[in-house]
Amino acid sequence: MSEQKLQSQTVQTTGHAWDGDLQEYNNPLPVWWVYTFYVTVVFALVYWTIYPSWPFGKGWIGGLSNITYVNSDGETKTHSWNTRALLLEDMNRAAIAQKPYFDKVAAMSYAQVAKDPDMNGFILSAGKALFSDNCAPCHQAGGQGVVGFFPNLTDDDWLYGGSFDKIHETITGGRHGYMPTFSEVLSPEQIDQLANYVASLSGIGHDATKAAAGNVLFHSETAACYYCHGADAKGRKEIGSANLTDNIWLWANVPAASSAEGKVAAIRSVIASGLNKGVMPAWAGRLSPEQIKVLTVYVHELGGGQ
Amino acid sequence: MQTGLEEQLGLYQKRIPIFTRSVKGRFRRFKTTVLVLAYAIYFLLPWLPWSRLDAPSQAVLFDLPGRRFLIFGLTVYPQDVVWLALLLFIAAILLFFVTGLVGRAFCGYFCFQTLWTDFFIWIEHKIQGERPARVRLYRQPWNREKLLKVGGTHALWVLASFWTGMTFVAYYAYAPQLVLDFFTGQAAAAAYITVSILTISTYAAAGLMREQICTYVCPYGRFQSVMYEPETLAVHYDARRGEGAHGRATVRAGRGIVVERRRAESAEPVAVDRRQANLSAGERALAERHEKGLGDCVDCGLCVQVCPTGIDIRDGLQYKCISCGLCIDACNTIMDSFGFPRGLIRYDSEQNLAAPEPTAPRVEWKRLKTIGYGAALILMSAYLAYSIGTRGSYDRAVNQIRQPLYVVLSNGDIRNRYQVRITNKAAQDQTYEISASGIPAGALDLGNFREITIKPGHSGLVQVSVRLAPELAEHTHHFELLITPKGKPGEARSETVRFDSPKEAHD
Repeated sequence: MSEQKLQSQTVQTTGHAWDGDLQEYNNPLPVWWVYTFYVTVVFALVYWTIYPSWPFGKGWIGGLSNITYVNSDGETKTHSWNTRALLLEDMNRAAIAQKPYFDKVAAMSYAQVAKDPDMNGFILSAGKALFSDNCAPCHQAGGQGVVGFFPNLTDDDWLYGGSFDKIHETITGGRHGYMPTFSEVLSPEQIDQLANYVASLSGIGHDATKAAAGNVLFHSETAACYYCHGADAKGRKEIGSANLTDNIWLWANVPAASSAEGKVAAIRSVIASGLNKGVMPAWAGRLSPEQIKVLTVYVHELGGGQ
Repeated sequence: MQTGLEEQLGLYQKRIPIFTRSVKGRFRRFKTTVLVLAYAIYFLLPWLPWSRLDAPSQAVLFDLPGRRFLIFGLTVYPQDVVWLALLLFIAAILLFFVTGLVGRAFCGYFCFQTLWTDFFIWIEHKIQGERPARVRLYRQPWNREKLLKVGGTHALWVLASFWTGMTFVAYYAYAPQLVLDFFTGQAAAAAYITVSILTISTYAAAGLMREQICTYVCPYGRFQSVMYEPETLAVHYDARRGEGAHGRATVRAGRGIVVERRRAESAEPVAVDRRQANLSAGERALAERHEKGLGDCVDCGLCVQVCPTGIDIRDGLQYKCISCGLCIDACNTIMDSFGFPRGLIRYDSEQNLAAPEPTAPRVEWKRLKTIGYGAALILMSAYLAYSIGTRGSYDRAVNQIRQPLYVVLSNGDIRNRYQVRITNKAAQDQTYEISASGIPAGALDLGNFREITIKPGHSGLVQVSVRLAPELAEHTHHFELLITPKGKPGEARSETVRFDSPKEAHD
């Protein structure tokens, strides 16, 4: 009896009764919870009309809120709110913020840009972004390239010349490096002699007899190496042939070989198979002239230029 | 039938309103002093002028758009975030240190929740009167008087909350201009949003929720509990003295005791001469009580009435107690009026209370934890002071370019490149020169920039490259890069930087 009394005092029931005395307790949610729930319902309805709720339609279905931005051509564009429009707004705002700098770059000569401390900061950041987006896939993030594939832009050797104008020309028009396959015209012994000669030019351990024979071969009409690499083997910038007398290796992976034999073998394989992979695409048309100008200064800065 | 179902309490418990009685005494005086000081600093600081050449003349200005904090003569840039980190560390350690010694002193005297609640209760008290009047008002039906008094209280609370928010925002912009802009509708949206949020939260926290913030919301109160040790001083009720053998008992009139109940209820401190006269009478009365096995507690309930969290300290140390000391003041007032010795409720340690022969309570600091926190506190504060005291007029960072780490040049030389970022923290333009030591002259190449001029508050980047012959590169692992502000050779600073070469990389 006392139990029943307690029950009626403290616990609400729904008023249902089965089998005479089987009651159902009612434990309502706290009032604050219920009202919070109603508020979320109202919020959802408001949200539904302001932001896009269905992927079609206009007006309140497409969302009442708009995004308006000015693009770099000065046109005002309005889209209904979506994340793509938000990104466009952001990108256009950034482009407009950068525009005065790009305009300034376009109006200045290379020498002026390189000497202006303000521009220097801009080139370092904007140039890095452009380089990362467009050049880094081949030349790597820091411009260090990959031996055997892509030239290192941070050293002081420039196949086609390292002046502002030459770098600009390279970026605008692209490059195509080529070397014939000498295994078709020379015997393996001759190639070995040539490899030893090339090694001797850079002070790498070599067979002196073979190198002497290679020297003759290099300057002969049989191999005609001098035709492209020059009689002094220092390369010709007009055609981008490599300087064979320095310590920089683009195609033959000499630095990776630990023994003298290995280094000579690396040179031998390049002579034997030749090259037809030194292709850099032309960027005129893909990048704006100002962007190419910024990249030119950035790349010039990487290796110190010429 | 399920057992215990009847006693189930709802998850959401309705707040039991607390009407605190005002009290006078040492702790109340201390709390008031802290409150007045803290409010004076908080509310007046944004209006303190401070002449500056290149920035608004406001002593403390957190200039967010300018990316700098102006604090009196000090300008703090984002690079100095270490100071903020140190300050937070020091604050945390100070909390640990103090809590280990004297319990939740922060909660009771310094926490802004406590301060603002105290201030709001003071407003309530001024308008609605002392506790009995407020209880009466609470119970009576809504009429003109209740509407005026309660409405007036809430209106003043909202006003105080609003000015709290306004003052906060005034730290982030030139205060006179901001207030003008604010009321003419020209201030930034962020100002309106911040003021609204702070007005609402201050009003809700200090006016409506009060002790519920401490009990349900605040994590500090809870984790301070784990810093308590047996030696920690805390507000305690001396149960042994208060309860005696047969518990507490009210004092009834006509039992040979000078009853000054009415006087006690008014909670006025008893004058010293009066207190002396009471003591002898009190001694006799106490002896009488002790004979009957009664404790010293007269069960007046004043300690409960003054408590801002509505607890009974006689139930022992509890998590709701913010250690504000008001019950000590209340109890001492009563003890004085009866001529009983003070300190039935007092700051004491659990260890001392449990001792067979309790001694006078004192701060026990000779513990490894306390000494450790103290040492950490001193070291960190000293380092912060040193760091701020010896700050330079510029910041520098030298980063080696790691892609690639080194470059082999055509003649076999090794080149490393570095990016030097200099931030000018002085108030005027400054030119910086970069030089190196530990490498041959001529090895350092600064490109087109022999020197760089930087505007105040701005950064400049310089690309530096160092070129060494292979034999030398092999033996060079580090060298010094020296940055000198032009015309201030005394402020030259050097950085040790790495030099990498193929040989080293293979090692």
